[in-house]
Amino acid sequence: MNASNAMAGATPGEAIARLTDVAYTVGGRSIFDGLDISIERGKVTAIMGPSGTGKTTLLRLITGQIHASRGSVIVDGEDLSRLDREGMYRLRRRMGMLFQNGALLTDLDVYENVAFPVREHTDLPEELISRIVLMKLQSVGLRGAARLRPSELSGGMARRVALARAIVMDPKILIYDEPFAGLDPIAMGVVMRLIRETNDALGLTSIVVSHDVHEIGRLADFAYLLSGGKVIASGTPAELAANQAPVVRQFMGGEADGPVPFHYPAPDYATQLLGTGGNP
Amino acid sequence: MTVLSDLAENGRGQLEKWGRFTLFVGRLFAVSPRALARPRLIVEQVHNSGALSLVIIMLSGLFVGMVLGLQGYDLLRRFGSTESLGTAAALGLLRELGPVITALLFAGRAGTALTSEIGLMSATDQLSAMEMMAVDPIRRVCAPRFLGGVIAMPLLAAIFSMIGIFGAQLVGVTMMGVDSGQFWSQMRSAVELRDIVEGVVKSIAFGFACSAIAVYEGYHALPTAEGVGRATTRTVVTSSVAVLAIDYMLTAVLL
Repeated sequence: MNASNAMAGATPGEAIARLTDVAYTVGGRSIFDGLDISIERGKVTAIMGPSGTGKTTLLRLITGQIHASRGSVIVDGEDLSRLDREGMYRLRRRMGMLFQNGALLTDLDVYENVAFPVREHTDLPEELISRIVLMKLQSVGLRGAARLRPSELSGGMARRVALARAIVMDPKILIYDEPFAGLDPIAMGVVMRLIRETNDALGLTSIVVSHDVHEIGRLADFAYLLSGGKVIASGTPAELAANQAPVVRQFMGGEADGPVPFHYPAPDYATQLLGTGGNP
Repeated sequence: MTVLSDLAENGRGQLEKWGRFTLFVGRLFAVSPRALARPRLIVEQVHNSGALSLVIIMLSGLFVGMVLGLQGYDLLRRFGSTESLGTAAALGLLRELGPVITALLFAGRAGTALTSEIGLMSATDQLSAMEMMAVDPIRRVCAPRFLGGVIAMPLLAAIFSMIGIFGAQLVGVTMMGVDSGQFWSQMRSAVELRDIVEGVVKSIAFGFACSAIAVYEGYHALPTAEGVGRATTRTVVTSSVAVLAIDYMLTAVLL
């Protein structure tokens, strides 16, 4: 399952996205400082880390929705800091992204949601659009749900529709933001299988942001563990599981307290309770 | 010193806001030709902003016209010229009340709907998803809604004035006994083309202002329930003040 399945056309070992010495600061708060990440072509790479470490921010950097304060972000040969709006849109046509909640357009049904990028970017005849959409819906097992509205879908179904929409333009890179959050075990299994199969069958590169250690262990070829704005560990899921660094152990073992403290920084407990430390 | 620095800070904030709004409107204009190439999207929005506002506009027009009929009759009776009621009602509605009240109702009905719709699309990542699909949300979502509002507003104002005149006639002629022939003939001879043009120009300007404010507030709403709620409130407040300010300026220019 974990073996790399890079398809023909993809050069194994070559980075399709590379972040070098990236810093990102927002509102005076440093989110990243000296971040180095390399995403290998054809593989499923996981970005893991405790909540609030900036995993979603990292995705926004890779997709050019925000720009690094320092360092370079290069995706599919393009330096994102040098792209104008049109250049960014050209690059994004080679990318697909699956948002945490699916982000389906609520005024369109399932079929029209999947057809949306095709209609926006091509002048294909309706007959051809219909075939493309039905094929993509079939690949996620939801051809029969084509005329349902997004409000009629379960969380897992919405994510599968979003996946069909993300692959409808045949992207090179597919990005998943917390694809397992809030799913029941069956839906989680379905989404996991779809991520792996889509990656291998279409010869894509997948980036999965998640904190589900167990699922990532079964799915990813390579994983980065972020904490405190830096990469604190990287390797195959098996290598991360064997890592003995305390913060890695705490995350992989799901321990409540450790290097990442249970308590948010606060004044002394006794002083505050006895009334001399001021109200929160 | 603190007061001065607070004032300076506030002024800078307001300038920034104006700058952002100006840039946004500039982008709206820049993408509008491409949005016009897909008329189906605009027709949908004319339906959403215009047709769905028809009931409130027609009802309000009727009552405003009826009040105008009553008040106008009472006022003109004092001068013994009740036969001028048609002229007074028509001029008041066409030049002032029609465009202004329609714009205020438009801001409350269609403007808030636009803001909350776009704000919720932003809060549920639909706009980000479009960005990621290399589709410019300003072109695909904001511009059709803006253009739909600009087209719908003068049509609604025209309907408001028409129903208003009917309301004034209903009270003046049917209830108060003003001569029907005099009511209509005086109106026809006194109302000139420039009176109608004044109303049309105003309603187009209000359409621009209300639609631009509504889509701007929706697009820039904080992606939370509270953020969308606040943006919706700002749409009504800003649009109403803008309509009244623009009305004064246009009246001063067109008189």
